[in-house]
Amino acid sequence: MISVSINGAARDFPQAVSVAELIHDMGLGGKRIALERNGEIVPRSRFEQQMLADGDKLEIVVAVGGG
Amino acid sequence: MSDKLTIAGKAYSSRLLVGTGKYKDFAETRAALDASGAEIVTVAIRRTNLGQNANEPSLLDAVPPSQFTYLPNTAGCYSADDAVRTLRLARELLDGHTLVKLEVLGDQQSLYPNVVETIAAAKTLVADGFQVMVYTSDDPIIAKQLEDIGCVAIMPLASLIGSGMGILNPWNLQLIMERVNVPVLVDAGVGTASDAAIAMELGCDGVLMNTAIAGAQNPVLMAGAMKKAVEAGREAFLAGRMPKKLYSASPSSPTAGMIGKA
Repeated sequence: MISVSINGAARDFPQAVSVAELIHDMGLGGKRIALERNGEIVPRSRFEQQMLADGDKLEIVVAVGGG
Repeated sequence: MSDKLTIAGKAYSSRLLVGTGKYKDFAETRAALDASGAEIVTVAIRRTNLGQNANEPSLLDAVPPSQFTYLPNTAGCYSADDAVRTLRLARELLDGHTLVKLEVLGDQQSLYPNVVETIAAAKTLVADGFQVMVYTSDDPIIAKQLEDIGCVAIMPLASLIGSGMGILNPWNLQLIMERVNVPVLVDAGVGTASDAAIAMELGCDGVLMNTAIAGAQNPVLMAGAMKKAVEAGREAFLAGRMPKKLYSASPSSPTAGMIGKA
């Protein structure tokens, strides 16, 4: 089992998953998002290959209204 | 008359830049943006709400990046590191878009900018290929330093963010405009249309605002008022105002031809 932090909240997975699988699982497939893993951007083109590891810290962001 | 605002080599017809926050809903956001005539709109970058319905409407649907120039901001960042991370995420989110608004705040109560962190972030971002429009205090020395670092626009506050207090120190804005060659835009503090007009009459290249529109009783009507104020102020600046004097011995009507004279 691996445990990762997503936007500050802990989440467990029974086995290693890719970023693409995570995005799909969260219902964010096809949405305009950006993702940072342990402080580094993961480009959309690498979502399929990038596997999550135990202890990873992810930030997933969107554009919202702001001034 | 062709009087474009050129930022980082791109020309814009509107000198009014607006934020997309604090509106009732996306329909009101869009209606206000349309009434304002703004081409550049600021957006914030935030964590996805993990619990939310993925099919909820998004800002990108109401305000498509194909129709507006997005200006992702770093609102809420209190360190250079957070600001840089936020804008790198924004660049990824917006397919390599590099025009950004940098703001690093120093105080949660006043939202006054932290210029030390702002300068550090500006250096990193410019070196990383960003085109940085930078929110800062109205300090002319800092403004010049930010230009020297390579920022594409300097955006001093007129008064504090969200205060609506108007232009508190027009003399500092003038000092900045005299020293800086890139566009100078007033960012923050505008409360009503006359504030925007005064900023433009002073010679500012543009005005950026959010709360003055979104916080009005009728935001869409205020957005139209701001459009006119920015245009009127700009034209008054270009026209060159008459000099001020305490009184004039030169009336506007002819002194000759008065009736009842011998």
